Amino acid sequence: MSKLDKYLRLDQFPHFACSGCGHGVALAAMVRAIDKLGLDQNTTVMVCAIGCAGRLPVYLNFPSIRTPHGRALTVATGIKLANPELKVIVFMGDGDAGAIGGNHLIHAARRNIDLTAIIAINEIYGMTGGQYAPTTQPGHLASTAPFGMIEPPMDICKLVEAAGASFVARGDIYRVVELEKLMLKAISHKGFSVVEALTNCPTQFGRRNKNSKPSEMIKKIKEMTITKKQAEVFSKEELEHKLIRGILVEKERPEYIEEYDRITNFNKEVS
Amino acid sequence: MSKKVLMQGNQAVAEAAIVAGVKVCAGYPITPSTEVVELLARKMPSHGGRFIQMEDEIASIGAIIGASAAGKKAMTATSGPGFSLMQELLGYAAMVEIPIVIYNAQRVGPSTGGATKPQQGDIMQTKWGSHGESPRIALCPSSVEEAYKLTITAFNLSEKYMVPVVILGDETLAHIRESITIPEPDSFEIINRRTDAVPQEEYLPYKVDDTCIPVLPPLGGGYRYNISGMIHGDKGVPNLAPDVIDSCITRINNKLKKYYGDIVMVEKIEKKGSKIAILAYGSTARPVKSAIEMAKKNGIKVDFLRPITIWPFPEREVKEMASKVDKILVPEMNIEGQVAGLVKQSVEGAAEVIQFSKVSGLPLYAEEIYHQIIKINRGEK
Repeated sequence: MSKLDKYLRLDQFPHFACSGCGHGVALAAMVRAIDKLGLDQNTTVMVCAIGCAGRLPVYLNFPSIRTPHGRALTVATGIKLANPELKVIVFMGDGDAGAIGGNHLIHAARRNIDLTAIIAINEIYGMTGGQYAPTTQPGHLASTAPFGMIEPPMDICKLVEAAGASFVARGDIYRVVELEKLMLKAISHKGFSVVEALTNCPTQFGRRNKNSKPSEMIKKIKEMTITKKQAEVFSKEELEHKLIRGILVEKERPEYIEEYDRITNFNKEVS
Repeated sequence: MSKKVLMQGNQAVAEAAIVAGVKVCAGYPITPSTEVVELLARKMPSHGGRFIQMEDEIASIGAIIGASAAGKKAMTATSGPGFSLMQELLGYAAMVEIPIVIYNAQRVGPSTGGATKPQQGDIMQTKWGSHGESPRIALCPSSVEEAYKLTITAFNLSEKYMVPVVILGDETLAHIRESITIPEPDSFEIINRRTDAVPQEEYLPYKVDDTCIPVLPPLGGGYRYNISGMIHGDKGVPNLAPDVIDSCITRINNKLKKYYGDIVMVEKIEKKGSKIAILAYGSTARPVKSAIEMAKKNGIKVDFLRPITIWPFPEREVKEMASKVDKILVPEMNIEGQVAGLVKQSVEGAAEVIQFSKVSGLPLYAEEIYHQIIKINRGEK
């Protein structure tokens, strides 16, 4: 029995993820970060929605709520308004957060409401059978991009930074210790924090893109990211196919509910 | 002491929501409901509640579901276009049995329609607008005073039966100002959802006792359980076993049937020997009552039935009325006769149902209805 077993709904296993799927690595990094922070398991609420990433928190032994596709952040916002004392973590996939829930992501970031959004990026809609995501890189194949992806990919980190998120980081499942540290920082940050976790989908993405061996896929993810420091010496062309990892934004900004309570002279006595 | 005040329909909804104990309101501006969120934005903080203007109506209903899951009473206010956007999460709230209150000030539709004109076009959307089948309660106030009282009833029913409740008003009621009598706030019975969950070790969120209503403690309040819009068994986790699918859908859709007597409210005026009855709801019931008075002065007796609860539909009361009269006139502000159809279904041929539609964006007038009564009385209809 692992010391992390208490965070799992063991009666729900075996889990549904495909072999070689990287989502579990990201989820485990989050659980270890929660454990290191010593968060109360009863007052840490997991919010998720639909998709492979969206189903994973159901395996975790926290109070949890699974919403319709894309709506996790709206429900999380309501939980926080009702009880700001709770730690609320939202675990999403790239389609969930960036496509159907994109508007909610922008506005949660703009408000800087104290939520942590962890977004697993695997470039594909795995659950529905391999359709392209807003993060799919140009030229990659998907069941709905049989001739190759022509839409430019969405950079969720840049989007939420522009919208006002006060903590933004990108990690990957190859550098799992680093990913865990980023998550730990995000969860302890006051305000809207986002961690992008680059993961792999061998079944739906890899198979179509002639690279379905999990170890090869993870190697590719490893090569896809560089640090801020490395980026300084890269040419513009070299940077084009690279993603910068690490902490991208970390700043103090007034948190939504603290501001609300301050400006409205919120009366806790009568609540 | 009760007090007499001049109040607008929307204002009545907002004021009553505070009395009912609303603690989170999330909304998006839309005519003709906006005064509700404007008032709550101003008043909630001093009553220990928070208001937020969300990015759209989808987010608004999402936020109130989250707030209610965390244990607080929550509401939103909207109109047709916004109500359409809310259908996804309205079905979700019904499925996961999280109580919420939605005020829908109906306006002329479809699409953008007409923001400042009334209609009663959302009766079917309220019950059937979301995919699949799931329960709702919908209440139709016909006066400002009733809007006040029914808002409190809406929260009570929602908490009691763990179900979304829709207050179906319309533009006329939303913006009319009337002198109303408000009882002392503490004279209202305020019902809060059950908190008597069994200890965590034995607790299963959707394992119900003979009330058929689940006990869902606030998320983050000490119980660790899962809420999911996916088909779930007692544990609240996804389960697509045929017997689980069957029992999940059956239970949520049947749970209100047990409480018909408590949920279904009607106003009835019967006269001995009437051969004609009028069934009307919401603001439309007001001119109908005047028309019935006009008919009475001219020697025509007309019965009156007003569903205060429109979902579940008061089919027993309608059937009872049909056994007494020959013809039932159903005037409403929609083209298809959304309620007239329900009446036909309920009476099962026991009386002739005559539909009267008005969709000009003007309210129904007593004279128009009186004219219909004359025609029916002469056998012309």
